[in-house]
Amino acid sequence: MTVVVTTPVPAQPVPEAPPAVVLTGVSKRHGPPHGGVLALEGLELRVARGEFVCLVGASGCGKTTLLNLVAGLDRPTAGTIETSGLRTALMFQEAALFPWLTVSGNVELPLRLQGIGRSERRRRAAELLELVRLGGFGDRRPHELSGGMRQRVAMARSLAQDAELLLMDEPFGALDAMTRDILHDELERVWRTTGLTIVFVTHNVREAARLADRIVLLTSRPGRIAAEFEVAIDRPRRIEAPDVANLAGTVTQRLRAEVARHGR
Amino acid sequence: MAVEDRELSQEVAGLDSLELQDPRSSGTSQGRRIWTAVWPKVAAIAIGLALWQALVWSHWKPSYVLPAPGPVFRSLGRDAQTAIFWRAIGTSMRRALVGYALAVAVGLVVGGLVARSAILRSAVGSLITGLQTMPSVAWFPLAIVLFKLSEGAITFVVILGAAPSIANGLVTGVAQVPPLLLRSGQMLGARGFRAWRHVVIPAALPSLVGGLKQGWAFAWRSLMAGELLVIIAHRPSIGERLADAQNFNNQVGLIEWMVVILILGLVVDSLFTRADRSLLRRFGLLAPAD
Repeated sequence: MTVVVTTPVPAQPVPEAPPAVVLTGVSKRHGPPHGGVLALEGLELRVARGEFVCLVGASGCGKTTLLNLVAGLDRPTAGTIETSGLRTALMFQEAALFPWLTVSGNVELPLRLQGIGRSERRRRAAELLELVRLGGFGDRRPHELSGGMRQRVAMARSLAQDAELLLMDEPFGALDAMTRDILHDELERVWRTTGLTIVFVTHNVREAARLADRIVLLTSRPGRIAAEFEVAIDRPRRIEAPDVANLAGTVTQRLRAEVARHGR
Repeated sequence: MAVEDRELSQEVAGLDSLELQDPRSSGTSQGRRIWTAVWPKVAAIAIGLALWQALVWSHWKPSYVLPAPGPVFRSLGRDAQTAIFWRAIGTSMRRALVGYALAVAVGLVVGGLVARSAILRSAVGSLITGLQTMPSVAWFPLAIVLFKLSEGAITFVVILGAAPSIANGLVTGVAQVPPLLLRSGQMLGARGFRAWRHVVIPAALPSLVGGLKQGWAFAWRSLMAGELLVIIAHRPSIGERLADAQNFNNQVGLIEWMVVILILGLVVDSLFTRADRSLLRRFGLLAPAD
């Protein structure tokens, strides 16, 4: 299948290391081969090692489908996806912690599945919980924590996988604004200290402008790349900074034009 | 940068402490908690006994047909000092436990197979539910033909009574594992057998315990029905004592043994309830104060 890319993709900066993610002509159709819903069409995307990319789009842009494809939980209908063998972790809107395990047990599980011994697991989990500032909470149960704390546990669990590529599916969407702001700061800090590559999906444009090195705007039904925005604002950023608000305004305008297209 | 980091650290700590309410800070004492748990039960028993006594006093039936609580409990006290009383209880409990253990094994194997295979699920899934609704007494004529008047006949019916509930508990539990947890486990490297070991089985546990509890109730009922029908000479059991009391028109003994059955049922049920609640509490499905 040949795929016509309707939107020209701006030239990428050439990184020394091979890129973390390369999507070439990726399409995904849900349901039967000729009917069904075309969720994604002709996606071309490269994400450099250590880059923080935010995917932004309205409903039906196939953001979650795209993450599932990159995570290897699903296969594309056409095109190829390469993650150059990077260990990949996925975070959801809900923390998806296992309620029968303690906080520490949750963080230890990926280590256990890798066959790492108990004392080493304990040590690593304690370290990672310390990193997300939950040092004293290892013995608690997930339901005893707040939503924001649970997401930090999920983050620690992703890091326990030794993930090099972290895929995040609206991870802060269900949190209140104050908690979200603080978790933005936390995520930025963890990203800086670990050198992760992050692909972050959101419908919150402000959030994208606060976090991303690059914002990729997707169209809806089917999802295609509509535009890309390099974010050259100094870090650490604050969500209320004028630069962030300006950029968010620009992206929002473009997004609203895209949404309006479906109203005609 | 260091200053910013310290500020952020304080903000995070502040937010955490605001959002957490420590469930362990409920200030009721141990004695008070036990009292709140116990008094409704004591009151219920007292009311039950009072109604029974009132019924006797109303002379609805003569006292040799419906004896009062006093004589029944005095007789229970006397019998509790005899060896045959404890041998009867021992025999029945042994049968119950053996039958139940076998039912658990059968139920888990069948339930596990059915939960794993969609074909088996559509083939025998509804059959299991059908078996569950079948009164176990209905199995006895067949059981007696197959196993004669023996312990085998009783065990057979106990297994048939209890296993469907246990299998169903497992099948339902597996079917209700949240897909998000499965996906999450898959991403962490739990696939195939390890997904079962680390995600599916633990997530299905509350439903399975429900099935085990219901299975016990069915096992106990089947056993009592069986012991009334299949009486083995020179081997006292609870059902045999009950049948014996009936045959000798010993109304006091009859009600006495019914009380014993009730008490044993309640004791075992409370053990299951405790296991159930501690499990639900660990899963965060029960408020800690409950």
